[in-house]
Amino acid sequence: MRKIAIYGKGGIGKSTTTQNTVAGLAEMGRKVMVVGCDPKADSTRLLLGGLAQKSVLDTLREEGEDVDLEDIRRNGFCGTICVESGGPEPGVGCAGRGIITSINLLEQLGAYADDEHLDYAFYDVLGDVVCGGFAMPIREGKAQEIYIVVSGEMMAMYAANNICKGIVKFAEAGGVRLGGLICNSRKVDNEKEMIEALAKKLGTQMIHFVPRDNMVQRAEINRKTVIEYDGSHPQADEYRTLARKIEANDMHVIPRPMHTDDLEKLLIEYGLAG
Amino acid sequence: MATLTPEDLGSLVLDIGADEAKKELVGKYPTKVARKRAKQIVANQVEPDLTVPEIQSNVRTVPGLISQRGCTYAGCKGVVLGPTRDILNLTHGPIGCGFYSWLTRRNQTRPKGPEDHNFMTYCFSTDMQDEQIIFGGEKKLKQAIQEAYDIFKPKAIGIFATCPVGLIGDDVHAVAREMKEKLGINVFGFSCEGYKGVSQSAGHHIANNGVFTHIVGLDDTEPAGEFKINMLGEYNIGGDAFEIERLFEDIGVTLVSSFSGNSSYDQFANSHTADLNLIMCHRSINYVAEMMEKKFGIPWLKVNFIGAGATAKSLRKIATYFENPELTAKVEEVVARELPAVEAVREEVKSRCAGKRAMLFVGGSRAHHYQELFREIGMEIIAAGYEFAHRDDYEGRRVLPNLKVDADSRNIEELQVEADPARFRPRLDAAGIARLEQEGIKLSEYQGMMADMKNGALVIDDISQYETEKLIEIYRPDIICAGIKEKFAVQKSGIPMKQLHSYDSGGPYAGFQGAINFWREIDRLVNSKVWKYLQAPWQEHPELAAKYVWE
Repeated sequence: MRKIAIYGKGGIGKSTTTQNTVAGLAEMGRKVMVVGCDPKADSTRLLLGGLAQKSVLDTLREEGEDVDLEDIRRNGFCGTICVESGGPEPGVGCAGRGIITSINLLEQLGAYADDEHLDYAFYDVLGDVVCGGFAMPIREGKAQEIYIVVSGEMMAMYAANNICKGIVKFAEAGGVRLGGLICNSRKVDNEKEMIEALAKKLGTQMIHFVPRDNMVQRAEINRKTVIEYDGSHPQADEYRTLARKIEANDMHVIPRPMHTDDLEKLLIEYGLAG
Repeated sequence: MATLTPEDLGSLVLDIGADEAKKELVGKYPTKVARKRAKQIVANQVEPDLTVPEIQSNVRTVPGLISQRGCTYAGCKGVVLGPTRDILNLTHGPIGCGFYSWLTRRNQTRPKGPEDHNFMTYCFSTDMQDEQIIFGGEKKLKQAIQEAYDIFKPKAIGIFATCPVGLIGDDVHAVAREMKEKLGINVFGFSCEGYKGVSQSAGHHIANNGVFTHIVGLDDTEPAGEFKINMLGEYNIGGDAFEIERLFEDIGVTLVSSFSGNSSYDQFANSHTADLNLIMCHRSINYVAEMMEKKFGIPWLKVNFIGAGATAKSLRKIATYFENPELTAKVEEVVARELPAVEAVREEVKSRCAGKRAMLFVGGSRAHHYQELFREIGMEIIAAGYEFAHRDDYEGRRVLPNLKVDADSRNIEELQVEADPARFRPRLDAAGIARLEQEGIKLSEYQGMMADMKNGALVIDDISQYETEKLIEIYRPDIICAGIKEKFAVQKSGIPMKQLHSYDSGGPYAGFQGAINFWREIDRLVNSKVWKYLQAPWQEHPELAAKYVWE
């Protein structure tokens, strides 16, 4: 089983990209579990056709210790398994601790056990790595492979660089590696070249450039992935390609985060060149 | 106010001088640590005007050094508010914080009757679980307050924040306000998260601010009695307060409130009606005295009821303050009545203890106060230091204007207090203060510990376990006084050890009876032969051999 964590700046399209890619893998016959690590619990909405999910933490709260895997897993599109960690309302408690608790519980309940015959487990993690809890999915024994969703916007690249710093820390202690950057296009000038250059600087690759298409929005309104909503649309093929590339990817590196000054230089070079 | 002049104290004669010992103590430390510790280890030198060398204190302990210190929560909940019997003290946190701060100092209390509340025998906690950490604990806190109220109907509930509460941002003050409104009793919170200060001292400050803000001055009823005093910084460990209260009663002084040994909520609320504040532990509570003086005009005097001589002296100070011949006569009568029995024991114990040497590393005032008791039986203090004191506790209040305010101190709120327009009443005019000074009594004055110690004695702030063991090696003292964390390491070195936080299982040690108790205890400890029999296995058989059971 490959355990993959998706990180990236808030609002960059992590959940959308993750679910569409997972749909592509599922179509290829892979057995995939998606673990949403966002307190909003909206990481599996497209696979499930709505927010039908009861989160791990809510279940734990209501059922106490007597929780079964079946209480917290739902089957989504094409046999995907969906789990939402859940968490507190904004401004209350500690969401990071919530992620730690729910991932521990999933492990204890055997969600990753061999007899589940999973090919992939995907962790979709909230925004930036703000505290220890949000690094939980990349700690030792959890995800070994990380993809960062990024765009040509300054703050998205800045976040990607920061996330790389976190990866370095855990890469040294455990086995986590960076698999690549996924560019979720914002139609910024020179975007593809810029992200390719960023990837090179970080010592990784831009694994795929996902073009911007309103089809994604339309599918989301219909609570579906593009692959499910309109499988014949070119955008669906983009996600299928990304899924295939991830399946074939064997470039797993410890990134070399950039100094902020260098990052800005890169931005000036490519952003103004266009 | 020093009890002895530097000439009386003289100098210590040690085989290994303090400066040489200091070199040994810091010799093995890395350069930066050694540099920091060197500022916290001082050879005492008292000048004729009682100035002493500067000692660094109230700074963070170097990580890795095994410190004696406790946490801010322990100082707030355990030390200052723990001894009050009828405030329901509710710890908002995981269960260990509440449990391990519960009566571990052996504070005693004496309810006024069967109707009087005593919650000290209970331990209240919200028993925070993972769920409250994740989803927030305010709801459970409210439930706990409601439940506590329903069962016990207390006059007041205090909420104490532990580390996780500060991390997740539960607002204990908002909950307190809401529940105060709902229940119609006094509910107040303390942001005393354990990590907040450099030591428990921060917790004392937070506790005092809270008591002063939420309780002091709520009840203006004028108590009966001609001479009304408060006793501050006395925590009734092992019944100390009972012994002091006995003396107050005998001399005809009314104790309005104690902070906080054997105290109650109503006493705090009424305490601003007293005419004099007496301070025992300067470190933990001088803020309350200062604030009460500013707001209500009550002067304060540093006293010490540890030691027979110190007790007599403190009682005489009270009499002098009130300028009443009858009170003075009463004090003299009580002192004359108590002293013969004390003297008899002192002489007897002194014959066996004189010349023996003690080290005291404890508290923020105890390392000072207990020196008197040892001196009275002819014992020498070769080294002393505090766990959590500030420079003024070592060097005297004269250094206060020069104290460096660092980020750690700023982290603790400093209340801005002004004179109460209706209730501020100066107890003394300028002439009165001058008369007292003529009698040798200075108000608002504390000379610190070092002025009462011999030249050449070691003064060590926030001593580490390594340094303690090193000192034992160098000096082989006859007794060490510290707390529970140090107790067994010291005893393993074959040195008798007396706890001055909890008194082991002894006490009271305050006042005249207390002095007798303490001397008997010290006599028993330093003259016991048991330590001579202590031998480690390798001292008998340097090489140990063993076999596997199946051989």
